[in-house]
Amino acid sequence: MSFIFDYYNYWIVVFLMMAGFYIVISANNLVKKIVGLNIFQTSVFMLYISMGKVTGGTAPIVVEGVTQYSNPLPHVLILTAIVVGVATTAVGLSLIVRIKQAYGTVEENEFENKDDAI
Amino acid sequence: MLEQHLAALPIILPLIAAPIALILGRTVLSWGFATLVSGLAFILSWQLLSAALSEGVISYAVGGWAPPWGIELRVDAANAFVLLAVTAISTLVLVYSKESIEKEVKVANHALFYTAHLLCLAGLSGILITGDAFNLFVFLEISSLATYTLVSLASDRRCLTAAFRYLVMGTIGATFILIGVGLLYMKTGTLNMMDLAVRIDAYDSSRTINTGLAFIMVGVSIKLALFPLHMWLPPAYTHAPSAVTAFLASTATKVAVYVMIRFIFTVFGIDHVFVDMGMGLILMVLAVVAIFKCSYMATVQSNVKTILAYSSVAQIGYMILGLSLVSVAGLMASMIHIFNHALMKGALFMAVGAVFYRVGSVDIKAFAGLGRKMPLTMAAFTIAGLSIIGVPLTAGFVSKWYLVTAALEQGNWIVAALVLIGSLFAIIYIGRVLEAAYFQKLPESRKSENIKEVSWLMLVPMWVIVIANIYFGIDTSLTTEAASSASEWLFQTNNMLENSALENNVSEANVQEVSS
Repeated sequence: MSFIFDYYNYWIVVFLMMAGFYIVISANNLVKKIVGLNIFQTSVFMLYISMGKVTGGTAPIVVEGVTQYSNPLPHVLILTAIVVGVATTAVGLSLIVRIKQAYGTVEENEFENKDDAI
Repeated sequence: MLEQHLAALPIILPLIAAPIALILGRTVLSWGFATLVSGLAFILSWQLLSAALSEGVISYAVGGWAPPWGIELRVDAANAFVLLAVTAISTLVLVYSKESIEKEVKVANHALFYTAHLLCLAGLSGILITGDAFNLFVFLEISSLATYTLVSLASDRRCLTAAFRYLVMGTIGATFILIGVGLLYMKTGTLNMMDLAVRIDAYDSSRTINTGLAFIMVGVSIKLALFPLHMWLPPAYTHAPSAVTAFLASTATKVAVYVMIRFIFTVFGIDHVFVDMGMGLILMVLAVVAIFKCSYMATVQSNVKTILAYSSVAQIGYMILGLSLVSVAGLMASMIHIFNHALMKGALFMAVGAVFYRVGSVDIKAFAGLGRKMPLTMAAFTIAGLSIIGVPLTAGFVSKWYLVTAALEQGNWIVAALVLIGSLFAIIYIGRVLEAAYFQKLPESRKSENIKEVSWLMLVPMWVIVIANIYFGIDTSLTTEAASSASEWLFQTNNMLENSALENNVSEANVQEVSS
């Protein structure tokens, strides 16, 4: 049991990762694909944040009387990755807007009747 | 003062120039500006290569923070060589692009095109130069996001779905790399590649490291379009504007191959990847399947851009095959093919773009009779096509020669034979286009159209690359010298790092402290 509860944040990471990945593969609606991609990326953010935590450590701000701090580097890295994720979502959504204008639909199976399936 | 910062300039220059190209707004202004910047980046990378060949490694600490704590930019023979090819192709494609995009991209988007191109160039240079694993991910995403935009700029609506598919696959690939780098950091507590290499040796058999290796390999394989993960590439290359395809086909996937070489040879080490994990056989099988399956797919397509796109996937197979042989000669063949393939595909896609400019279609039927109407363009296509087949006196022959020699060196007759049989497919798919161009008559319906040769602005960059194809097929001193010193250097660092790891036993205490 302790194997499950001690590492519960990693189990959440694995669950979110697989759920997001499954949505990307199976969703028919392009917006849902982007949502799946976002969940997939969010799981990685949690992976990084979890690994930065040091047991018994506090926030990494120098204060008197505290000797153990959490590792701030993964948090900084993931701030960058979040920005990258936001940019990817923005590009993806704007592509969907243009696809809707050009094809009149954002459902994948309806493209098959048009000139090119995704 | 600039001398000191030489290593950082190929990234910073296009990155600063990108928004300026957008502000300039008018087509001619942003075209001239972007070409100038890209040309400067080419001169800089030339200097970097000569410095790297004479002095060895150039290390640059960004912001003055010493590695391994700060981000390190690291230029050696291997990445300076690829950087030279990338900046050269970028400059030539930009010269070519002015007329090409007038036909294929809306006027309102021209400045955006040059902005995205410069951002993509900055990202690709960053991937090549950086010595930091996380920084590599960031630059990978910068170049990828610019690429999705570039693909979606074509006027044909099918480019939108192609760009969307590329975005989904590309993001999954990049996220896999991010997971892999995270797992490595979790175990070793460092992101600097050289530092990682030393520390990973201490944990070779750790499951965390092995999982990280698997994630990074799959992620990079998506980016470089290794066989079963290549499905995004043919539609993206087919529907993107011709200038974009010429740039991407000759740079983006090549840079991803470099990333794979860097991770295998510098970060993880040959023994771990090829001996302990058995990646060599996996890569070799996938590469051979890629060569045959995608060469076959290329022979049955009717759109010439799709033919060349499938051919690209097959050519990537040759590069991966070279590195999967695990020898200096094999790696050298891969490095040479990265450079030479950039030349071949650049010229081929430029010629196809010129045909689209005049005829308005890239279907194989549209090529009928063009040998008479557009002699210079089709001659360029022919020479670059012969180079893809691997005819002597072209650059393609040199890379196939080194690949076959590397296979024979290990007594691997089967691989050598497969490489040669794979080339036969290239004869078929290039031959089909040439047959249409030279032996079929111009259709009656086209006779009234005014089809003539494209202007010098498109012909000059096309022919510069074609002449480079012939030049590097005859005088191989630059390519072989750079590639052999690059691959020897990669093998040397690998051995050096392993020795230092054995001797010092990797300041154990330090590693444990960070990973706890």
